Amino acid sequence: MSTVSASPFSPEEIAAEGIKPDEYEEIVKRLGRHPNKAELGMFGVMWSEHCCYKNSRPLLKQFPTTGKRILVGPGENAGVVDFGDGLQLAFKIESHNHPSAIEPFQGAATGVGGILRDIFTMGARPIAVLNSLRFGSLDDEKTRRIFAGVVEGIAHYGNCFGVPTVGGEVYFDRAYSGNPLVNAMAIGLMETKEIVKSGASGIGNPVLYVGSTTGRDGMGGASFASAELSEESADDRPAVQVGDPYLEKCLVEACLEAFQTGFVVAAQDMGAAGITCSTAEMAAKGGVGIDLDLDKIPVRETGMVPYEYLLSESQERMLFVIEKGKEAQLIEIFKRWNLQAVVAGTVIEEAIVRIRFQGSIAAEIPALALAENTPIYDREILPEPPDYARTAWKWTEDELPGCSQNGIEIAGKHCSWNDILLQLLDTPTIASKKWVYRQYDHQVQNNTLVVPGDGDAAVVRLRPTEKSAFKVANANKGVAATVDCNSRYVYLDPFEGAKAVVAEAARNLSCVGAEPVAVTDNLNFGSPEKAIGYWQLASACKGLALACKEFETPVTGGNVSLYNETIDDKGNPTPIYPTPVVGMVGIVEDVNSVCDRAWKQAGDTIYLLGQPTDPDTAEVTLGASEYLVAIHNTIAGKPPRINFELERNVQAVCREGIRRGWVRSAHDSSEGGLAIAIAECCISSNRGAQIQLPETLSRLDTVLFAEGGARIVVSVAAENITAWESYLQEHLSKNWQKLGTVGETNASLQIEMANHGGLIDLSVDRLQDTYDSAIERRISMS
Amino acid sequence: MKFGIIVFPGSNCDRDVAYVTRDILNQPTRMVWHGDTDLSDIDVVVIPGGFSYGDYLRCGAIAQFSPVINSVLEHSNQGKPILGICNGFQILTELGLLPGALIRNRDLHFICDRVPLTVERTDTIWTQNYDQKETIVLPIAHGEGRYYADDDTLAHLEDSGQVVFRYAGNNPNGSLNEIAGICNENGNILGMMPHPERASDRLLGSEDGASVFTGLLAVAAS
Repeated sequence: MSTVSASPFSPEEIAAEGIKPDEYEEIVKRLGRHPNKAELGMFGVMWSEHCCYKNSRPLLKQFPTTGKRILVGPGENAGVVDFGDGLQLAFKIESHNHPSAIEPFQGAATGVGGILRDIFTMGARPIAVLNSLRFGSLDDEKTRRIFAGVVEGIAHYGNCFGVPTVGGEVYFDRAYSGNPLVNAMAIGLMETKEIVKSGASGIGNPVLYVGSTTGRDGMGGASFASAELSEESADDRPAVQVGDPYLEKCLVEACLEAFQTGFVVAAQDMGAAGITCSTAEMAAKGGVGIDLDLDKIPVRETGMVPYEYLLSESQERMLFVIEKGKEAQLIEIFKRWNLQAVVAGTVIEEAIVRIRFQGSIAAEIPALALAENTPIYDREILPEPPDYARTAWKWTEDELPGCSQNGIEIAGKHCSWNDILLQLLDTPTIASKKWVYRQYDHQVQNNTLVVPGDGDAAVVRLRPTEKSAFKVANANKGVAATVDCNSRYVYLDPFEGAKAVVAEAARNLSCVGAEPVAVTDNLNFGSPEKAIGYWQLASACKGLALACKEFETPVTGGNVSLYNETIDDKGNPTPIYPTPVVGMVGIVEDVNSVCDRAWKQAGDTIYLLGQPTDPDTAEVTLGASEYLVAIHNTIAGKPPRINFELERNVQAVCREGIRRGWVRSAHDSSEGGLAIAIAECCISSNRGAQIQLPETLSRLDTVLFAEGGARIVVSVAAENITAWESYLQEHLSKNWQKLGTVGETNASLQIEMANHGGLIDLSVDRLQDTYDSAIERRISMS
Repeated sequence: MKFGIIVFPGSNCDRDVAYVTRDILNQPTRMVWHGDTDLSDIDVVVIPGGFSYGDYLRCGAIAQFSPVINSVLEHSNQGKPILGICNGFQILTELGLLPGALIRNRDLHFICDRVPLTVERTDTIWTQNYDQKETIVLPIAHGEGRYYADDDTLAHLEDSGQVVFRYAGNNPNGSLNEIAGICNENGNILGMMPHPERASDRLLGSEDGASVFTGLLAVAAS
């Protein structure tokens, strides 16, 4: 280093770009000189966790990423899977947590915009969006404002763009008070013959900038997203981008039309780190260089310096490499949609990113140093689980007050099982999310088969548009999709909890009749620089990897969002629950046989698949359950352990039952356990149910509200019972049980137990009122 | 019967309508770009839902200055059928082809749901395949769907029987007189906030909206 002079930057200036002192030295080593201000900024964003996965890459390596349906795995803008008959699906999940904390509406809106661009950059038309949202308690006024803003932002962008928002999950927990999670997943159907990739090629080929103009908005959002939130973060508001879904709707049409010409060699969305990231990644992936002239870039404000051009995260922009000589033809397509399209650079042989500005070179960096040869931190994992987990694991059911047929006494107050069931239905995490999804257009495009709230997963028919290169004779296939994560499970046991996330996603798909195919994951965690944070991240990744292998659902990409911690007024960091959200897609072979969760007819028989009501206590437990938190205010215990073989068998049986037309409704038991699952089937169908449980050695609250056990509640018509039961006997042995019968419309839900009598008796009206009004009632408190 | 579906930048239900007219009903269908001006080959003009020009300024406000609009007006002068759905209804009111206006929903939120409607008239070219006072369920998806008109206009609408669809049960958006769809006095222009094209495919669970289109075909056949 002796040949290099003293740094022109103060330690504060370097830290302000999100670069650590060691990393600065690495930059100097890669360049052989000190960077200038623009270059320092480029390294700052490209070496952020958001762009280079420096903390998570060693852990992500263990994920299975290949399989017979996987066409494109991790590394491109989105993964692509083969659904047969010329149907190829691009899908991906991405987070916009930090922007949404600061500016909920625009933060969430641009999160949707970004994930949609990832999809259509590949040549796929977006056909569905899902989202996974987490907020603090709705009792808190600020949380209500963030929640309402996020939902409105998602609605604004998706509705205007014209993509149906078909599903998702919403959790409320104090762990997310200052740091909401906003993860959006998009699915697209390939419209171009060739999948459009991002590696630049063809020395001398023009680089085309398309879409919107560049301004100072969203400066350095990627490094902002990789830092802890604090009171001062509110001052970072310029780092939040502003979206224009109308412009993006024009952009998708223009891009797909441009790709159809076959003259676009490569494409890259300008997401995090805008021009810097797109040029560096296209060059690095293609093993070439890009020479780009900032004076050619269309701007929305004057007087910008290279640093600002390079770090701007103005939305709705893309970079193409196109065939030489086809500039005019392609530019014409974008002009027709009133979009910008200018040749701003060239592909060069030397593998560098060279940025010109006003006649001189503003930055010149080896492409690999920005996008591939980036820092990696192999950290030590705690040899033993941390104290908080070991303490929590000591919890047993014996710590709960005693209970009887009449209910349970909690803090001196007697609660009947009816009271408890209603209180759980009124818990925002369990309650109906209608207030949310009613604001999302979930039917545009005319392909939505299972709308939000009706089934355990969304189902969308796969019907190529007239613009598609693929012609499908009978549009009989569909895609089912779900996003899942019970983060309390992951918090209490990251390895087991992560397995449960994948198992639940697969189970949800199976409940609509879909075969699980592939996964996109969004790892939302706290700081990896803290021992507990890294233990959570590493253990959860191990669990995800194992479960994805067990279910044969490879990971095709995703997103990592670390440093999800809020710093309170006293300066204490408060990490979120570790939240590895799994987005899973499944194939529906025949859209004529999909299933939702509503009972269909009075007299149908109700069955429980999976662990019966006198279960294995490690697989079915009140540990980590919603009941324990909502009713007993206790966050403890071990989450239910996943039995992969049982999960696979139960799910296969459920799918086959649906395919053969035996199973008329299916719903898995998750938060709130068996009683809540049954109540939800009643609520969806407006029908009652009579449930007769056998006598049990377990506590009654365990029977009603324990979670886990690979459980699915299904209903079957009388004429199919014989065939169905012999099929169950053959494939599930003892892991199924008859529960009761479906009741009449507007009847009641009655749960009885042999030798105990009635435990629950509530009218469906009452269940519906409680379930439907829980969120709206809290929102209208403000 | 040839359908022409107007495509503005920001339209997003254009393909949904074409799916029904072309793929389900097997009728010749042409997507008409907003810059086109020739509608002479078109029997029925459909202005689809979406967010034309981003709905900036006011829903449907900018679309009225599109080149294709003069041809739509000419089509209207000839007494030929024009159907405006959702954003299309908003554009028709901005153009003055239908009275009143569509303003922000009562609860200020976008609403996507399936709602019951009463068919108020069955003697129009659009509704002759429905039964009088039949209740149907159609999807709605709008943020600005609350029908508003001054007292005189409203009274005139009612007196001349121009209300074609009315929300039955709960009024979802606060529309005056529960109005969901109206026609002009001549009856050749229909504007409606609900989406009949989203309820025209058996596979998606409802065909309650299909009669809006099949009614027209029956007129043409007779």
